[in-house]
Amino acid sequence: MTSGSRIAIFGATSDIAAAYARRSAEGKARLALFARDAAALDALKADLVVRGAAEVQTFAADFTDFSALPGLARTALTALGGLDVALVAYGSLPDQKTLNTDPAALRAALDLNFTSPAMLANLLAEGLEPARAGAIAVITSVAGDRGRQSNYGYGAAKGGLQTFLDGLRHRLAPAGVHVLDIRPGFVATKMTAHLPQGGPLWAMPDKVATDIAGALRKRSAVLYTPWFWWGIMTIIRAVPRAVFHRTKL
Amino acid sequence: MSARATPYASWGGVLRAPHIACRPATRAAAAEVLCGGGTMVLHGNGRSYGDVALNPGGGLMDITALDRFIAFDPDTGLLTCEAGVKLSDILEVLSRPQADGGGWLLPVMPGTRFITVAGAIANDVHGKNAHHLGSFGNHVEQVELVRSDGSRLTCSRTEHPDLFAATLGGLGLTGLILSATLRLRRVPGLGIESEDIRFGHLDDFFRLDAESADHWEYTAAWVDCLASGAALGRGIYSRGRHVPGVACDPPARAPRLSVPLTPPLSAVNGLSVRAFNALYWRKLGGAGRRLSIGSYGPSFFPLDAIGQWPRLYGPRGFYQFQAVVPHADGPAVTRELLKTIAASRQGSMLVVLKRFGTVEPEGLLSFPMPGISLALDFPNRGEATLRLLGRLESLVMEAGGRIYPAKDSCMRAESFAQGYPALDAFRAFIDPALTSAFARRVGILKEFPA
Repeated sequence: MTSGSRIAIFGATSDIAAAYARRSAEGKARLALFARDAAALDALKADLVVRGAAEVQTFAADFTDFSALPGLARTALTALGGLDVALVAYGSLPDQKTLNTDPAALRAALDLNFTSPAMLANLLAEGLEPARAGAIAVITSVAGDRGRQSNYGYGAAKGGLQTFLDGLRHRLAPAGVHVLDIRPGFVATKMTAHLPQGGPLWAMPDKVATDIAGALRKRSAVLYTPWFWWGIMTIIRAVPRAVFHRTKL
Repeated sequence: MSARATPYASWGGVLRAPHIACRPATRAAAAEVLCGGGTMVLHGNGRSYGDVALNPGGGLMDITALDRFIAFDPDTGLLTCEAGVKLSDILEVLSRPQADGGGWLLPVMPGTRFITVAGAIANDVHGKNAHHLGSFGNHVEQVELVRSDGSRLTCSRTEHPDLFAATLGGLGLTGLILSATLRLRRVPGLGIESEDIRFGHLDDFFRLDAESADHWEYTAAWVDCLASGAALGRGIYSRGRHVPGVACDPPARAPRLSVPLTPPLSAVNGLSVRAFNALYWRKLGGAGRRLSIGSYGPSFFPLDAIGQWPRLYGPRGFYQFQAVVPHADGPAVTRELLKTIAASRQGSMLVVLKRFGTVEPEGLLSFPMPGISLALDFPNRGEATLRLLGRLESLVMEAGGRIYPAKDSCMRAESFAQGYPALDAFRAFIDPALTSAFARRVGILKEFPA
């Protein structure tokens, strides 16, 4: 992260995004933060200023309001006089059992985890493509790698987003705009606080944020974080369906 | 706020138990948990050696997610931050050398930087410069305290001063600290000049200490706890002071090395301690002294070099003992303590001898007082270790000393009451929603006799 980088973060108060914002602030970045909870945004801003951010602007945003997305993208592209990195980090982890019986809940989960970030990524691309610079980093999930009975609603949204980013990357390659698909495994955050955290598979948000900074520097296409999830998901994708159906995954 | 059964352990590893734990993400959520009914212990980064931050089988609020900075004034050095911010984060973010090599520094740094601000306040921790600058609480300007009756108070030397004094060193029993304002200190050089001097006998320690007190801000000594007879109390005296114009970067945010798993038996045993102590005492070579200039990290935070180091003590863990005895009988009692430890052959490599000065701590239950402080680890060998700790406790109490709650696992209630005469006054400030295994064991909470 070079000093003075211009970074926009959507869903900035999520634990992974906040950890990335802190890292960036300590590297003297300029930040535009978007999130739903204005009080949490204010607390984050104060923290980032003490940590050394050269500039912090905050914007309350409802990512489920599709009509507002073009405005958010425009703000992100202009507030800092250009944009080096856009991190799209919002999402929700719905309960699959609820999604199984509640179509409205399924639709809301798909809207927030797929439709909204896909639209936003495309809107950001519109601005970055002519500038022929910048990076769009989007947090998907290892859950998008294969549909599993325990969370295929969330997994489908994230899997769809992975495919969307694959295509967007293809489109933006000639312009030199970097598209990063971030696939975390289990991360100890507010979103997973209802699950029994701990054990070797669980990572802390700081670790994921460090990996994100590294992948942006290296211009990676896909980041599994922590790295061992690449191996785990390769195996899970390879398990024959007949065997897979006998698991509770 | 969801609570779930989660294991929490003392840093020494002797006590490990499930707690009904929750980890609120914001100050508002934490206040809600405190006021939501039920009793709980407040838990920071888990570096207390004994049971001050444990409540086995009961409620526990983990404050480590309250880790935001709130404001820093680069003109005055006043820092306001949430309760769970770690000292390592403060150093990393704010102790950066400025153009002249100087910079802002925590006025008091204990032996580990991986503790929370609230933990440092609740235990009123001290560092190697205790004889010059007192303890952590002396540098706290104010705390934002929430109590289970719903009140949210700003406590300082002018607002609610009594509650403020009870909260400094108050073992997390007077309310939940949400945030605190600390006065950082501007030093003319962040780097330090440090000198290690080998000494052959306890008397030499007192001589070196007397000669160093005025001109060396940071002092402490390592002692070979196996040496006896003519060599009783031999060790290495370390003294340090800031050098104007010498810059140094903050120490790393996490240890580079870590002990990955617990060996089945303690790696700290008679043989390894004897070998270590023999080598360490000779580390300064023929000259017997060494002067160096550089970072304060290695000498201030020796315990932070290796992550998860208590694992070296094996699955049974270890006890830590730290006590202070008044100056009058200091040399005699220290000699008696070291004799008892040497005879028991139970000590470990980690032994620190240090003089506390006359800066009055402000907390009702603060540990530091003028005198000589001795701290050391004992591998947990069951009854034999407890008997030894009991003997040390008796020696300290006879000398009018006191034992440090943050390190303690077995002090008797009478000893606590004798060592902390303000206990009765303190009880008036206890928040009924707060508890700890320590507070019940030593009778701070009367309704739960030990």
